Amino acid sequence: MNLWNKLMCYSRKRSPWLFHMNSGSCNGCDIEIVAALSPRYDAEQLGVRLEGSPRHADILVVTGPVTRNAAGAIRTVYSQVCGPKAVVAIGSCPATTNVFIDSRTLDGPLEKHLPVDVFVPGCPPRPDAIVRGVAKAAEILAEREAKRWPNESVMIPLAEAGGGCACSGGGECANNSAASEVEQ
Amino acid sequence: MSAIAYFVQLPIVTALARLLIFPGLLFAVPAAWFFLWVERKAVAMMQSRIGPPFMQPFFDFIKLLGKTTPPRSGVAGFLMKAWPLIAMSAAAGAVGLLPVLPGSGGFEGDLILLLALLELPSICIIAAGFSSRSIFGEIGSAREAVLSVSYNIVFLLAIISIAASQHTFRLETLAQLPASPLHWLGIAAILVCLPAKLHINPFSLPNAEQEIYAGPMTEYAGPELAMWDLSHGLEWVASTGLVATLVAPHLTIWWLAAITFVALSFGVVLLLSITAAATARLQIDTSVRFFWQCTLIFAGLAVASALFMRFVS
Repeated sequence: MNLWNKLMCYSRKRSPWLFHMNSGSCNGCDIEIVAALSPRYDAEQLGVRLEGSPRHADILVVTGPVTRNAAGAIRTVYSQVCGPKAVVAIGSCPATTNVFIDSRTLDGPLEKHLPVDVFVPGCPPRPDAIVRGVAKAAEILAEREAKRWPNESVMIPLAEAGGGCACSGGGECANNSAASEVEQ
Repeated sequence: MSAIAYFVQLPIVTALARLLIFPGLLFAVPAAWFFLWVERKAVAMMQSRIGPPFMQPFFDFIKLLGKTTPPRSGVAGFLMKAWPLIAMSAAAGAVGLLPVLPGSGGFEGDLILLLALLELPSICIIAAGFSSRSIFGEIGSAREAVLSVSYNIVFLLAIISIAASQHTFRLETLAQLPASPLHWLGIAAILVCLPAKLHINPFSLPNAEQEIYAGPMTEYAGPELAMWDLSHGLEWVASTGLVATLVAPHLTIWWLAAITFVALSFGVVLLLSITAAATARLQIDTSVRFFWQCTLIFAGLAVASALFMRFVS
């Protein structure tokens, strides 16, 4: 890995820009995401910025159990995010559809539609768990890109993503460690 | 040695040195990143946060260079690539024109060229929003156009009042002459216009974050967005540098002049960032009314008295 790649890898770790997508969430997790950017938790120390346009983002932050209406929208927004990109599922809903399981209005969980890199379970998860999840996703993103052959396509085809997590980083649970640290 | 001295005296060499080294690209690009950091850090500290690390704008820039851009074809695709480059080079050229070092040359009318170069990024933003064909981009561009028409009247009147009171359109002469009360009135008017020129609060209407997604930048990604960020940073350097050169006392020692320039620019950046952190976004009609009704009267008075003084003296 030459110097430029090292610099790029480090920059990707230090500058995760988020795009927040609500796929039918109760708004609980969305409030916690905002709290993660507030003075108390100050995610901007890690270079996190909540962007207005999916084109600018590196990490797609999804909340909600993916309703039928939202399923098409999250695929569209995911394809609008320019590569390299990662997905963080905030809350129990996108991970398991939570209490809405078996509902006929749902088309979840999120992994059915997108390759999820980090799950931050909780109903809602604590802001420090969200910050940790985003930092973990930025790390996964940077390391995955560093390993990738330069000419290889950055896009992960959606068909491949359907059967589970297709990315080399694997679905990691950020909450286990973060939550246990909070308890201590 | 004599050969080197001979080459340094050549205007083309000094012009290139100004454009490429100081206060041109070699100085201006790190300064742009530094000012972008100061802006974010000042906002963070006003909100009692710690804020981004010192190297954050640099990391953002490098990361954006490594991202892909959506495939675009045809004339619109070409134009979308061209606008950020034009904006960036215009802003860099504006920084290069600033008479920071004593005896750095310049020509009669370089103030007009500087104003034109300062205006070019704003025109590029308007064009970029419309060529992206995004509805949010078009709304942002329309707002930028309306705002530009409003603040530029005041901005140009303020510059004209300064230039008319000193009888010159040459930047270096303006920077050297002793300041009159009119001079300070003009500088105050420029300072009022700068938040609108730099799209920061309370006039952050064109790029209104979250409100209209990202305004004219909505469709931009990757290296093109990096160029926009850089051009925004260079605009910071150029416009605060313009104020700094007008305010700075006349110094003959070059390093002292350079340090004064940087310190004054930093002061202006800090002032603008604190204003941005302390205010909320105004509505477009409120902003336009502010510039046309409140500020225009003072700017008109400044020009009138400058012309009057010129005829009297």
